[in-house]
Amino acid sequence: MTPTLSSLGKDLVGLEDLSAAQIRTILDTAEPFKEISERRIKKVPVLRGKTIVNLFLEPSTRTRISFEFAEKRLSADTVNLTAEGSSVVKGETLVDTARNLEAMRIDMVVIRHGASGAARFLADRIPSNVVNAGDGAHEHPTQGLLDILTIRDHLGGVAGRRVCIVGDILHSRVARSNIFGLLKLGAEVAVCGPLTLLPLGIDALGVRVFRRVEDAIEWADVLNVLRLQLERMTAGFVPSLREYNRFYGISSRRLARAGKELLILHPGPMNRGVEIDSDVADSPYSVILGQVTNGVAVRMAVLYLLAGGAPEAAEAAKRRGVG
Amino acid sequence: MNTRPRLLRGGRIVDPAGGLDTVLDLLIADGKVAAVGAGLEAPEAAEVTDCGGRVVVPGLIDLHVHLREPGGEHKETIATGARAAAAGGYTSVCAMPNTDPVIDSPAMVGFVAAAGRAAGLARVYPVGALSVGQEGERLTEIGELVGAGAVAVTDDGHPVMDSGLMRMALEYAQAFGVPVADHAEDLGLSRRGAMNEGLVSARLGLSGKPNAAEDVHIARDLLVAELTGGHIHLQHVSTRQGVELIRQAKARGVRVTAEATPHHLLLTDDAVDGYRTEAKMNPPLRTEPDRRAVEAGFLDGTLDTLATDHAPHHYDEKEQAFDDAPFGVVGLETALGLMLTHFVASGKMTMVTLVERMSTQPARAFGLPGGTLREGAAADVTVIDPSVRWRVDASEFHSRGLNTPFGGMRLTGRAELTLVDGKAVHGRGGQEGA
Amino acid sequence: MPTPDSMSVTLLDENDVERIVERMAKEIVERAGGVESLVLLGIHRRGVEISARIRTLIEREAGRDVAAGAIDITFYRDDLARIGPRPVVGESELPMDGIDDRTVVIVDDVFFTGRTARAAINELMDWGRPARILFCVLVDRDGRELPIRPDVVGRRLSVLPSQKVDVRVPEIDGQLAVCVSHAAGSAS
Repeated sequence: MTPTLSSLGKDLVGLEDLSAAQIRTILDTAEPFKEISERRIKKVPVLRGKTIVNLFLEPSTRTRISFEFAEKRLSADTVNLTAEGSSVVKGETLVDTARNLEAMRIDMVVIRHGASGAARFLADRIPSNVVNAGDGAHEHPTQGLLDILTIRDHLGGVAGRRVCIVGDILHSRVARSNIFGLLKLGAEVAVCGPLTLLPLGIDALGVRVFRRVEDAIEWADVLNVLRLQLERMTAGFVPSLREYNRFYGISSRRLARAGKELLILHPGPMNRGVEIDSDVADSPYSVILGQVTNGVAVRMAVLYLLAGGAPEAAEAAKRRGVG
Repeated sequence: MNTRPRLLRGGRIVDPAGGLDTVLDLLIADGKVAAVGAGLEAPEAAEVTDCGGRVVVPGLIDLHVHLREPGGEHKETIATGARAAAAGGYTSVCAMPNTDPVIDSPAMVGFVAAAGRAAGLARVYPVGALSVGQEGERLTEIGELVGAGAVAVTDDGHPVMDSGLMRMALEYAQAFGVPVADHAEDLGLSRRGAMNEGLVSARLGLSGKPNAAEDVHIARDLLVAELTGGHIHLQHVSTRQGVELIRQAKARGVRVTAEATPHHLLLTDDAVDGYRTEAKMNPPLRTEPDRRAVEAGFLDGTLDTLATDHAPHHYDEKEQAFDDAPFGVVGLETALGLMLTHFVASGKMTMVTLVERMSTQPARAFGLPGGTLREGAAADVTVIDPSVRWRVDASEFHSRGLNTPFGGMRLTGRAELTLVDGKAVHGRGGQEGA
Repeated sequence: MPTPDSMSVTLLDENDVERIVERMAKEIVERAGGVESLVLLGIHRRGVEISARIRTLIEREAGRDVAAGAIDITFYRDDLARIGPRPVVGESELPMDGIDDRTVVIVDDVFFTGRTARAAINELMDWGRPARILFCVLVDRDGRELPIRPDVVGRRLSVLPSQKVDVRVPEIDGQLAVCVSHAAGSAS
């Protein structure tokens, strides 16, 4: 008799909602999926006959492609709805979008949305499984999972490891998912960036705050370097990209001074010469491409686990209904 | 007015203005309080209402409601708002001017007043805009607005960012005897915050408005009021520092009155968790230390009035992602029950003080008639059943807005009968109604 | 495994199983027509262990290495929606030079409904194009749900639908044996 998995329930909205056991289940399930992507025929029939809608109401090429690969490698039928050029979505409220999806009898929705809480909102209103592919500044759970998986791959474990997230924490869903997930697995977590880009009172979440990136490098085993959105400069959070690079950019010179090997992660796409210098991005310490590979595996694991998931949760949502 | 005389017999009459808290009879004739005393004779043809076990108080007055008309009739109209007010025990409400168009001209003030009279329910007092179009640039014709019936001026919803303009308003309005009410929020500090800035906003990834956005603005208003000698009325105070600033200013003799709202007295930003849009309002729900400070200020009279900031929205508008949903909660039909349950029944506050905060002092702050049961006063009376148990169910609201964060809450006590000019505008539980 | 040992009857002990496996090894070589193009693939988990035994025997006999691997059929099961996702016990590992044009022998412990065989054959088809596939099991029991038969069978057992056949291997269970028990409510 096989041991049962920790069920994920109907949806994956955020790592804050998951237990450590559930997170481990996803990570462990991702391992065999990595191997499928190495096969000659990179496809298994596990989600054959399932329909998945990728509802991307905010532009994102990477995450969407990663989910699409994951879905196709699991043999699901997928449809992409994007904000641009889709009459289903244009000018429509999220409630109406939810009703439309419900009427199409789809099995799963992968949603990317500009508003925090949008994934939860949808999950509460449709019986399909909902996977959050990033909602506003809230969470991006599959990115958090792939970051954690990458750390585990390279350091052999997560508990007790020191991970510092560097950059724009305030607006970052990646940061939140990393913080929630890593803390649950027993890692020590810190954040570092200009105070204008750190949420007030973030330390109450259980993370350490570094004001100087040199101190963060000194402390950390892993740096997760966040992308600095260029619009943060126009909005005045940082005076200039040049100054940001000078004081917060991850350069090989800064890393060399620490006198130890750090693992460097970046969720991409990178702004070379802003938050990360090319010599770091291309160095052996950088595992950024490994993250991309793990991204597909983690998403396959999440879709697989949810697909077999808990029918009673789907029933409950159906009863709550949208009509 | 040709209504039958009415005798309210044997109720506990609580009238802080008249220094009364005794079981007595109250006789109403010609729309006025004719007599208050023991064993009053019912005149011929008088309608006699047994008020045993009931509390008879001067009609409740809400200095801060949004009735949405004109321009937002899908959210609320003056008539539906006045009906909701009556059902909540309110005999007078002050309608904020942030409608479309803005209430910034004598004609618009006259429209609101006339629509209120036509509804014939709770009295509707228009509040005029402080600046033309609420654009924060130049003063409205405050004298004309007051002449047409405005009882205060405010740019509520659009904080007055120009301190010079605030100074002029506080100076100019003095000639017409009306207060300047302000929604204290420094827009530069609050940016585009959707909720309180703190741990909950950090967790949920929502942009936050810090306490300081309110505090800075309260401090500014108090200092400018002190400079000018004008009467500043600070709306919906939500922060601990704000309460303290007002307390200090009052001690210095600054002419300031201030509001506490039921939601800031009873809820914290934890209520937002799960992205609950019915807990989205401005100023936002704050943290527990703030809630406790607002409560302390409300108990000691620093915040001398209770106002609901009744802000109805169409249900579609709240059925959105948190960032996209509008600010505001309804309050007219829940305020009294909430206060009776959580302040009076719990022993935090006496019935007398509650009536002072909900009727006596609001009347004084905006110079309104009412707020008393003295002989000769207009017979604006609320009869409260303090022991009836009920459950908040938005689908039973008279307001078009169903957006309450208190849905499902079990309360004890509510208005059983509401009289305006001696005429019943609301009644339930065997009492006759409108 | 909650079934107490008292309810379980040992049908084949270590010696029996070893003898049977020896015969199976011979039969495989016979049917495959030699060991040159042979690939042994055990199905996770106990099939892998039995396959390893067979491999050792064949290699000893033939005096040369035999290609081998393991296969996990979890992603090819047809009952995901019914039973929910299962933990993936191991990765599929194929020989370096693949399975194209070779004789692939799939090894499992028990042949029951035929669904595992179906899944394994499907998975192999995704991996490549074997010249031939043979299915080899230690125990073939009643309860077929698909029209599939194993090619090499160690022992055929007639059991009731409610009975459970357990193959035990030392690497996992600490002993080598075949047992039958009454599985209350768990028909797998």
